[in-house]
Amino acid sequence: MKNGLAPILVNGLLAFAAAVVLFPLLWMLSVSLMSAGEASTFPPPFLPRDATLENYRELFAHAGIGRYLANSILIASSVTAISLILNVAAGYAFAKLKFAGRDRIFKLLLGALVIPSQVAMVPLFLLLKFLGLVNSYGGVIVPAMAGIFGIFLVRQYALSIPDELLEAARIDGANEFRIFGLIVVPLLAPIIVTLAVFTLLGTWNDFMWPLIVLADNNLYTLPVALASLSREHVQDNELMMAGSVLTTLPVLVVFLALQRYYMEGLMMGSVKG
Amino acid sequence: MIAVFFFLPVLAGFAMGLTDFDIYALSDLTNLRFVGLRNYLRLLETPLFWQAFGNTLYFVVVGVPLSIAASLGAALLLNSPLARFKSLFRTALFAPVVTTLVAVAVIWRYLFNTRYGFLNYALGQIGIAPIDWLGDPHWAMPAIILFAAWKNFGYNMIIFLAGLQAIPVELYEAARIDGASRWRQLRFVTLPMLSPVMMLVSILTIAGYFQLFAEPYVMTQGGPLQSTVSVLYFMYEEGFKWWNLGSASAVAFLLFLVIFAVTALQLRHAPRLGAA
Repeated sequence: MKNGLAPILVNGLLAFAAAVVLFPLLWMLSVSLMSAGEASTFPPPFLPRDATLENYRELFAHAGIGRYLANSILIASSVTAISLILNVAAGYAFAKLKFAGRDRIFKLLLGALVIPSQVAMVPLFLLLKFLGLVNSYGGVIVPAMAGIFGIFLVRQYALSIPDELLEAARIDGANEFRIFGLIVVPLLAPIIVTLAVFTLLGTWNDFMWPLIVLADNNLYTLPVALASLSREHVQDNELMMAGSVLTTLPVLVVFLALQRYYMEGLMMGSVKG
Repeated sequence: MIAVFFFLPVLAGFAMGLTDFDIYALSDLTNLRFVGLRNYLRLLETPLFWQAFGNTLYFVVVGVPLSIAASLGAALLLNSPLARFKSLFRTALFAPVVTTLVAVAVIWRYLFNTRYGFLNYALGQIGIAPIDWLGDPHWAMPAIILFAAWKNFGYNMIIFLAGLQAIPVELYEAARIDGASRWRQLRFVTLPMLSPVMMLVSILTIAGYFQLFAEPYVMTQGGPLQSTVSVLYFMYEEGFKWWNLGSASAVAFLLFLVIFAVTALQLRHAPRLGAA
């Protein structure tokens, strides 16, 4: 504290780290606005000479990125909606409803959390194949419908709901569905937002599973499409940067808007777990 | 019923690894044959499998400490009472975690470009000759490790930050009264108090890093000279490019065994984690 240099050092290091970390993202934005070939010069330019949206136009007009964007939005939003309903109901049930073997099943689910999902990928693929879901939106949506992490998150939060509140409602003659809809869901609202953000970002960013299940070009999500485009257009840096912006900007915006909820979920999921 | 639930995916994976499930069986199940442990034995004789395993191990052994060190360093800086604009810096440092892996891998492929990439330009400014990051078998994996550390360190940074904030202030006061320097406070108060969090972080990070896939898929396609083929990349090609699903299952199951063994080993040496 006596040393006047310490605050400068700490803040200087932080600013430097932030600059290094953000640089690739800012450069992506800048290069995406350059005209074709401009980024393939030395030394690498920082800012476009004449900012242009040509790359974005090209992506929509010739690379069909609009279609992939729509696929991503469709898949991410349906997974989020369906999995919220299932996970919130299940999490609440594990926390507050009494049924046979509840705690044992829950412990088991937690144990299954450590199994890497890849070990189940081939069996899951075959299961979906026989259900006729391979190469359809359903192939991506169905396996993501319920998640142990989501159930766990909701359960931890739901444990704090006082039992008296639920008892009182039961005595007043409310059935379980009314209790869930009118009392439990409003109380769980913060964790529901948290879970929604997690699910949305996770589904949007997911790569390996959609890559495996979706064979048809028209069904590709943005990450799968971007990976395939980038293999074709190795030299078109400006175009690929525009594709990267379109892929990653939506999730960054959602994250920035709902950051508080996201961080909360991260803490609950890891430290308290 | 419980045992079935828990082991079902693992068992199914293992069972499939015992068959010669391939494109013929996919069209007609009667073509399926039980081959016992032959898939496993054949894998153990496949040089590319061992190379993939070695590459993945390289990625884990170098990448995990690097990424955890970056996380811890950033968390310590953010937790310093001297730091300003904490939430702003926290958000900035965390941002790569939420970005789409494929998209940022495309960016980094460009940053690593031998001729036009920024990294070689920056190195050139301090007199280092251009490196063929993604084209040289010696440099491709370090490049991927660098990228992975950038992408992932923010996650553990947040967990460390929570751990740091949970350390009682009195401990530091007592240390100061005893005349401990800042360095000794870090060494004898902060790090020991952080060890349960450290254990959790390293278990999660190691398990995660074993699952390397999208980075080589986008940046190097496993090359050059197969120096970045990871176990999962190998599994993907085996299963979903050549449709040897039985063999791919065996690969996935072996990876699971390795992760499971490493995690169990770590837990054995950390009986205190249960209290965390």
